[in-house]
Amino acid sequence: MALYECVFIARQDITSAQVDGLIEQFETAITENGGSIVKRELWGLRSMAYKIKKNRKGHYVLLNIDSPAAAVHEMERQMRINEDVLRYMTLAVDEHEEGPSIVMRNKDRVDERPRSRPRFDRDAAKPDRDASAEKAKVADVASADDKVKAEGAEA
Amino acid sequence: MSVVESAPSRLSFFRRRKNCPFSGPNAPKIDYKDVKTLGRYTSERGKIVPSRITSVSAKKQRELAKAIKRARFMALIPYVLS
Repeated sequence: MALYECVFIARQDITSAQVDGLIEQFETAITENGGSIVKRELWGLRSMAYKIKKNRKGHYVLLNIDSPAAAVHEMERQMRINEDVLRYMTLAVDEHEEGPSIVMRNKDRVDERPRSRPRFDRDAAKPDRDASAEKAKVADVASADDKVKAEGAEA
Repeated sequence: MSVVESAPSRLSFFRRRKNCPFSGPNAPKIDYKDVKTLGRYTSERGKIVPSRITSVSAKKQRELAKAIKRARFMALIPYVLS
C-alpha cells in the first residue's frame, strides 16, 4: 500500500466537533476501501493567507494515510462533494514524518497576532526618502554639468 | 544627463559563492508546511527569490519552488503581498 499525506481546510464557522465528524467520515471512506489512517493532526482554526470562498480562517487538518489509491480517490470524491471542505491536497510521500509536524511544533510560539499593525506606515515612508535621494543626485549631476560648462567657457 | 553610476556599487556585489543551505548532512528538509523556512525564500511581494541570490542548488531550488507553490495553494503563504 502507498503512503499519502492529506491536508484539508474546513469552513471557519463549523464547530470543532463537526470537524471531528468530517474526519470520521473520511476515515470510514479510507477503511472501507482497505486502508488506514496512521495519524491525524488538527492544526486548529488558522487564519489563511487569502480568502477562500469568503472565509478568512479555516480549520486545518492533516491526515497521514496508508491505503490503496482507490481509497484516496473515494475520500477525495467525498471531499469535493462536501461543502464544508474548502480545499484539500493529497500527496503521495515516500515516508511519513515521525512525531508532530512542523506546524504543531511551532504552534506554542505562534499566537494569532491581530492584523492591525499598519503595514502601510513603513511603505509610505519609503518613497519619500527615495524621492529626496533622487533629488540630491539630480542636483549633483546639475552642478557637475555647470562645472563642465564653466571649464569649457574658460578654455 | 541621466548618468547611472554603477562602478562603486558593483564592487560590493562581488562575493564568493556560498554553499546551498539545503545540502549537506544536517540541512533542513524542504516541507511545504514549514512556513517559516519558505518565507525566507520569498520576496516582500511574495515572489520566489531566484537561486542566484539565495545560493540554493538547482536541484533544491526546484524542490523549494514546488513546496512554495503547495503552501500557496493551501493558503499557508500568500500568492501576492501588496
